[in-house]
Amino acid sequence: MGTRCGIVSPYSPILPLNNGKASAHEAFHFWGRCERMPESLIAIGDALPYLLRGSLVTLIVVVGAMALGLVLGVPLAMGQVYGHWALRRAIAVYVWFFRGIPLLVFLFLFYFGLCTALDINLSAFTVAIIVLGLISSAYQSQIFRGAILSLPEGQLKAARALGMSDIKAITVIILPQALRLSVPGWSNEYSILLKDSAVTYALGVAEIMARAHFVATRTYQQLPLYFAAGMIFLILTWMGTKSLRLLEEKVRIPGYGSSPQLAAESFDP
Amino acid sequence: MAHWRIPRMDCRHIMAEPILRIENISKRYGKKDVLKGASLDVNKGDLKILIGPSGAGKSTLLQCINFLVKPDEGRVWLEGREVHYAHKRDLYAYRQKVGMIFQDFNLFDHLNALENVRIGMVQVKGMPKAEAGERAVMELERVGLKDHMQKYPAQLSGGQKQRVSIARALAMDPKVMLLDEPTSALDPELIGEVHAVIRDLGNNGMTMIMATHQIGFASSLASEIVFMEDGRILERGTPDKIFNDAQNARTREFCSKITELYGER
Ligand SMILES: Nc1ncnc2c1ncn2[C@@H]1O[C@H](COP(=O)(O)OP(=O)(O)O)[C@@H](O)[C@H]1O
Ligand SMILES: [Mg+2]
Repeated sequence: MGTRCGIVSPYSPILPLNNGKASAHEAFHFWGRCERMPESLIAIGDALPYLLRGSLVTLIVVVGAMALGLVLGVPLAMGQVYGHWALRRAIAVYVWFFRGIPLLVFLFLFYFGLCTALDINLSAFTVAIIVLGLISSAYQSQIFRGAILSLPEGQLKAARALGMSDIKAITVIILPQALRLSVPGWSNEYSILLKDSAVTYALGVAEIMARAHFVATRTYQQLPLYFAAGMIFLILTWMGTKSLRLLEEKVRIPGYGSSPQLAAESFDP
Repeated sequence: MAHWRIPRMDCRHIMAEPILRIENISKRYGKKDVLKGASLDVNKGDLKILIGPSGAGKSTLLQCINFLVKPDEGRVWLEGREVHYAHKRDLYAYRQKVGMIFQDFNLFDHLNALENVRIGMVQVKGMPKAEAGERAVMELERVGLKDHMQKYPAQLSGGQKQRVSIARALAMDPKVMLLDEPTSALDPELIGEVHAVIRDLGNNGMTMIMATHQIGFASSLASEIVFMEDGRILERGTPDKIFNDAQNARTREFCSKITELYGER
């Protein structure tokens, strides 16, 4: 490897993926040079596998953060709806805190601040998932809270009237319904998280944006590379909302229509 | 369907002790006294009908009886044992024995008819799913909905929903049923099917307290009519006495108004 089109390859220092099995890549490149393909296309073609690997990182960060946000968000919502007033107050502060501070500040605070101060050795990748997850838990708790509150009060009454304890009534009757109602909210949360995850590039997480930036600054092909990064984000957004729409359809209670919100949000080319 | 009729009058003579005894229940919301000391003795096999204008406190009284609303004062006995509702275990055990039917059905929307009827037996009584399922089918058959057991609430008519909710309550083997205007949310043509189920229950000796405006139905079945107004029980008596020979002017006024509204009796 080494030089290509007279430009220092940006891939060699950090890309184990090219080691040894770069033949298809080289062939493409060779073909491109012969045919005098526009340099921008060549740049995208060269960088694409690298960027796509970044989209895997992005997806893991987003899915991890959503899962963490879900696991924390459900009990937070329960606490906020059914808890003692002190607990409700505490959760409201938690939500206010995590929704009120910019993501970038949190990332730096956690990674450069907390981790250093407490001498915790966490990778940027892990910190990205934790920070995005905490912030998402605040938002997701409000999605669930809304869902729980939108259920008719009679559901809980009927469960209690059968002799169910409150815990049982909430887990068996309220939760399954609230989770279903939350799917459109998740779709929204997914696309926000996906876009927010680009900020983790500031910590050096090797996600789409970090990789696009890395290649762009070295090949001087900023336009095509950032454009490609944007397209990848767009496709990931589309795939995610589409899957959540399918999920919604799958868990839909027979007799109910699908939510107009999700139908309006998802775009079907 | 099993039709074994218990002669109601005989029962009342045998059972000296009321199956359900409610004493001096009071409830206030903020500054408003919604219930001002209501007492009621219910004997086995009784069908007590609560009537009274909207806002009289009928729903609150019914919900105080199974402590869905916590009364500020008052005591409740079931089969001679006082219910200590502050003890959760006591409360949950008691509620299993008191079936509740709501005006707006309150079926669990994410469960089909069969699952709605089964869930109490499985989750509260800890019955095995299969056994509970068989019982659920039986109860649905009893209310004439065996063919609809796979349907979800959103796929059922109002009358069918209310019949599922009755089956759901019956599956818990209640000693007493509380019915809060079970047909008020129904279109007129669907009221009959629900009344038929309730009549059948009464004929089989179920003890019930029902709030309703359907006085034609009420007077044909009731063992006693209880007239409530403004959080108080003003008058009680046989249907004949309340509808034709009430002592209280308010009772007479209400009865003539409701007779006009809800037709022949
Ligand atoms: N949760 C509540 N909070 C405040 N007031 C209530 C509540 N529930 C009922 N009430 C009031 O109590 C009174 C009696 O209501 P209710 O028991 O529903 O009467 P009924 O069933 O006879 O129409 C009404 O004035 C109603 O506004
Ligand atoms: Mg009422």
